[in-house]
Amino acid sequence: MADITNQSLSDIIENLKKKKVSSTDLTKAYIKNIESAKKLNAFVTTTFDQALDKAKQFDKKPNFDQLLPGIPLAVKDLFCTENIKTTAGSNILNNFIPSYESTVTKNLWDNGSFLLGKLNCDEFAMGSSNETSHYGNVINPVGDQLVPGGSSGGSSSALAADLTPATIGTDTGGSIRQPASFTGTVGLKPTYGLCSRWGIVAFASSLDQAGPMTKTIKDCAIMLESMSGFDEKDSTSINKKKEQYSKNLKDNVKGLKIGIPKEYRVDNMPKEIDELWEKGKKILKDLGAQLIDISLPHTKYALPTYYIVAPAEASSNLARYDGVRYGYRSKQGKDLIEMYEKTRSEGFGDEVKRRILIGTYVLSSGYYDAYYLKAQKVRQLIKKDFDDSFTKIDAILTPSTPSSAFKIGEKTNDPVSMYLNDIFTVPVNLAGLPALSLPAGVDKKGFPLGLQLIGKALDEQKILNIGYAFEKNCGFKNEIKKWWS
Amino acid sequence: MSLDKEKIKHVAKLARISVDEAKVESLTKDLNSIFKFIEQLNELNTDKVEPLTSILNQSLRSRKDEISDGKIREKILKNSPKENEEFFVVPKVVE
Repeated sequence: MADITNQSLSDIIENLKKKKVSSTDLTKAYIKNIESAKKLNAFVTTTFDQALDKAKQFDKKPNFDQLLPGIPLAVKDLFCTENIKTTAGSNILNNFIPSYESTVTKNLWDNGSFLLGKLNCDEFAMGSSNETSHYGNVINPVGDQLVPGGSSGGSSSALAADLTPATIGTDTGGSIRQPASFTGTVGLKPTYGLCSRWGIVAFASSLDQAGPMTKTIKDCAIMLESMSGFDEKDSTSINKKKEQYSKNLKDNVKGLKIGIPKEYRVDNMPKEIDELWEKGKKILKDLGAQLIDISLPHTKYALPTYYIVAPAEASSNLARYDGVRYGYRSKQGKDLIEMYEKTRSEGFGDEVKRRILIGTYVLSSGYYDAYYLKAQKVRQLIKKDFDDSFTKIDAILTPSTPSSAFKIGEKTNDPVSMYLNDIFTVPVNLAGLPALSLPAGVDKKGFPLGLQLIGKALDEQKILNIGYAFEKNCGFKNEIKKWWS
Repeated sequence: MSLDKEKIKHVAKLARISVDEAKVESLTKDLNSIFKFIEQLNELNTDKVEPLTSILNQSLRSRKDEISDGKIREKILKNSPKENEEFFVVPKVVE
């Protein structure tokens, strides 16, 4: 049959069910793609032998009642995987082999899938371009020398290059949605608490959420259904009945009220982004949705708030990397304190150190009220903006990012310009809401651009449904030439 | 406000990260530009706003304080940079 690896996850599942392809042949096809895509540097670790064993086991005794029957999946290297090295993109975890499995990956395996490999990412998920990884830059399959977005850059690159049928990332300030936008793929950040954080290397615990990255909305629904669910090991996990997102997927948006926030039209935004937004509004309007102008007045304060809250939480979370119990330990250091200092200096990269220092400073004696407490108050205002708007509307439509993918090295000398990439994605994390990035078009260079749908807390089904209708009527096709193989 | 080199060295000490003297200059520049950006928040009057301490509408669950796991010393020590089969080993602390 034709190349199976460029099909959607749901089509692949159909083909497996109809016995048009076996799990073993499917797995071999992905392995072949991965081996010829080393230039993209999307993988930190591969688990081919183990994957082939699992595929053979599945073919011997197939079970098609599962959501992900016989599906090989590569996942971001931020998810702890039992007996498989987990680096979080950092030198400080270059030898860390977890003795446990993250809840989210365990849920995926329990639904019939198995691990193909671990995907590169920004160090501790801190970055917007995958340039902070200790394991090197990841290349965007859209074009040589282009960043794949970050922090889930290995995930977006591998997905767009047909190296995995679907994948998962984590999103603290946009780390699923921005790379999805840069590669013409679908990315969903679920409501805070919908997917368990247990076994995920922590960055900023009040913002971190795992979510799916896929080629289509239907695939996104299948993956979300597989990975989400209550987990008593995560104290912030929401205890609610499991949803059947894929079964309940409907493409009807008639009568839905879509909010258009005026604050998302920022200064110096490329004309193409504005045009894309207009195109998105028109598609939804033509499908019978009602567009409503709204205001989210504290939007411009979301990034400054994020750059207090996230580093503060990171500085606390990353205090555990001290060279004593696991991970890298410096050979230098005469006494205990010096051993800590050298280990952390040699083990962490520049961006991670910067954020630990910001976090340590804003939490330090005498500065807490001026920075951290202030940020918590502004976070309240940002959340209230959304709460007020959602009394009148069903969902919000915005651009996903203020630009398309940029070149490697273009923003590395200016941290603030790098941070501005997340201007449209960060507010959602601060408010704990679900948001979907949808591929919607290309700019004049031919690089993909995305639109973002933001929903009420736990309203994933509704934004998936809107996305499903949008996808059918948008006419976007991700045309990536395989220049790397 | 601005951060000078001495302040940055002090914060690095608190964070237990040794910083190369050669890198202090560029780190000072980067952190000052980030703080300038962060300080936009001072435009807002937040005197009457309650800080947001949890995004969830539920309080944190508590569990019974009882042992549910254990006897996994080997597993826990498996990733240690240095151990003696029973304990983690660190550089000598007490003379």
